[in-house]
Amino acid sequence: MPSVIVSRLFQALVVLVFVSILVFVMMRVVPGDPASIALGENATPEAVAAMREELGLDQPLWVQYLTWIGGVFTGDLGRSIASQQPVDQLIAQKLPITMQLGVTAFVLAVLVGVPAGVIAAVRRGTWLDSLLTVLANVGMAVPIFWLGILGIYVFSVNLGWLPVQGYTPPTVNLWENIRQITMPVILLSLVPLSQLARQTRSSMLEVVGLDFMRTARAKGLPRWRVTILHGLRNSLIPIVTLFGVGIASAAGGSVFVEQIFNIPGLGLLLVDSIFAKDYVVVQSVVLLLAAIVVAVTFLVDITYTWIDPRIRT
Amino acid sequence: MSKIPNVGPVTRAITRPNSKPKASQSVLRALLRRKVVVVAIVVLAIIVVTAAFAPLLAPYDPNEQDPAASLQGASAAHWLGTDLLGRDVLSRIIFGARISLLVGAAVVVLAGLLGVTIGIISGYVGGVVDAAFMRAIDALMAIPVVIFGLALGAALGGGIGNVILALGIGTLPVFARVMRGQVLGVREMDYIKAGTVLGIGPFRNMLVHVLPNCISPIIVLMTMNIGAAILTESGLSFLGLGVAPPMASWGSMVSDGYRFITMQPLISFAPGIAIVVTVLAFNILGDALRDVLDPRLKGVLR
Repeated sequence: MPSVIVSRLFQALVVLVFVSILVFVMMRVVPGDPASIALGENATPEAVAAMREELGLDQPLWVQYLTWIGGVFTGDLGRSIASQQPVDQLIAQKLPITMQLGVTAFVLAVLVGVPAGVIAAVRRGTWLDSLLTVLANVGMAVPIFWLGILGIYVFSVNLGWLPVQGYTPPTVNLWENIRQITMPVILLSLVPLSQLARQTRSSMLEVVGLDFMRTARAKGLPRWRVTILHGLRNSLIPIVTLFGVGIASAAGGSVFVEQIFNIPGLGLLLVDSIFAKDYVVVQSVVLLLAAIVVAVTFLVDITYTWIDPRIRT
Repeated sequence: MSKIPNVGPVTRAITRPNSKPKASQSVLRALLRRKVVVVAIVVLAIIVVTAAFAPLLAPYDPNEQDPAASLQGASAAHWLGTDLLGRDVLSRIIFGARISLLVGAAVVVLAGLLGVTIGIISGYVGGVVDAAFMRAIDALMAIPVVIFGLALGAALGGGIGNVILALGIGTLPVFARVMRGQVLGVREMDYIKAGTVLGIGPFRNMLVHVLPNCISPIIVLMTMNIGAAILTESGLSFLGLGVAPPMASWGSMVSDGYRFITMQPLISFAPGIAIVVTVLAFNILGDALRDVLDPRLKGVLR
């Protein structure tokens, strides 16, 4: 089993190298010289040249790439062109905020989505199954930026139950923090929740007619034991596979949610930096988000061997 | 080239060993058996017709500004009201359908072409090339499509062509993976070896023998991804990095109306409903096509 983990880990590292190259290449196609954009139209050629040197833009591309990757290990990711703040500090400030939203949303998605899928499968063909299926379908078709605006209009503007926008750290005011992140978290959880519910339902339906399920029922086990310990356990692999996808969609969704609710996390930083053509920030934030997805995918792969002993080789 | 007519009928025989001559009709009948699917198809037909005849159906020019009629509510003259510049919201939604359908279709066609090509090469050549391609595909999948679209959109500039390019590349991994799996499945089959013995080049061999077998999963994948492409385009346009401003896009309309949400909520709400209905209809059709044509795809999507 350890050899499986080592080879998976190696694969994950190779994937990260590919991600970094991809991101780096994308950032270098940016039309317009970052130095002249940062200095504005009236900058003298000397000032632009000095800035290019400071940013390392006068170096060959491969040197620039290696400098950046080296910085990933030492924590020196350069300074933001727009705000002049060190990128590692910016990330350290914003990551906890996005993590709070993303992790809470993901936990909510698992806690609601998987049971909903199990219920739909157990009650297949009933009105409850139809209702859950329709809800899951709608959940995947709704643009979260639009639903967020709708939510603000109904719950914040008209009913006044929740604050309109903003973010307060839980250490400063926990109650205010909970009120502020309620809607963002629900919105972020929507897509992974719907995907998990659909996947759970269909993989439960695949095992429900198998022999071991009939045996479990025949030997008089309580229904919930048959459903959870025998049914759900054997349908877990495709469900757990979705965890990686779920994290990716939460990361993508944070861009919208943070924009709408004015939450100063990584998503908002990313959008602002993209509009400011601040490639120094964009490349490291995109790499970080992708690294989180790769790490979760790696953990999921490892979990397989624990869920299903047949995979251990 | 002259050999292709000889190979054609053979291929067809391999593809559908027991099929009746009118296979497409039976697929259609199976699709129409469920009421939800019928509704989805009717809705999509209406949207396509609306987009095609937009200039005839829209009551106003979608870009015509009328400062005197700024931010009006629903009325007989403007069924869904007007935006800040006095443009008719209904007309802009009708014209916006063109953008959504165009982006949705172009993205899946591009993703299909690129993904199928990569999948065939990867599966057929194997070895280091395969490993490198697959890790690159994993890398692409690790970056959320929205963020990939944002980053590439920022690099290349907004505009509909770049949105299609960015989302097309972002969507290609599923196609490449499915295609590679198909190639690996048949690579060692006797009829592929027979082709090699007969002197058919390796890539032509793949195209002629593998591609026809994969048409239905590819069509299913394309249909299933149209909705997601439309959704992501609307998101990019909402953030201001999608389709260029004067053009009506549902996503940018939601964003335009956001600032006036307390005064005139319809400006934001109406285009959002258009997005939900369109994406939902495509997703339902995609799921139904999968169930009919290729239930094996159930686990691998999205």
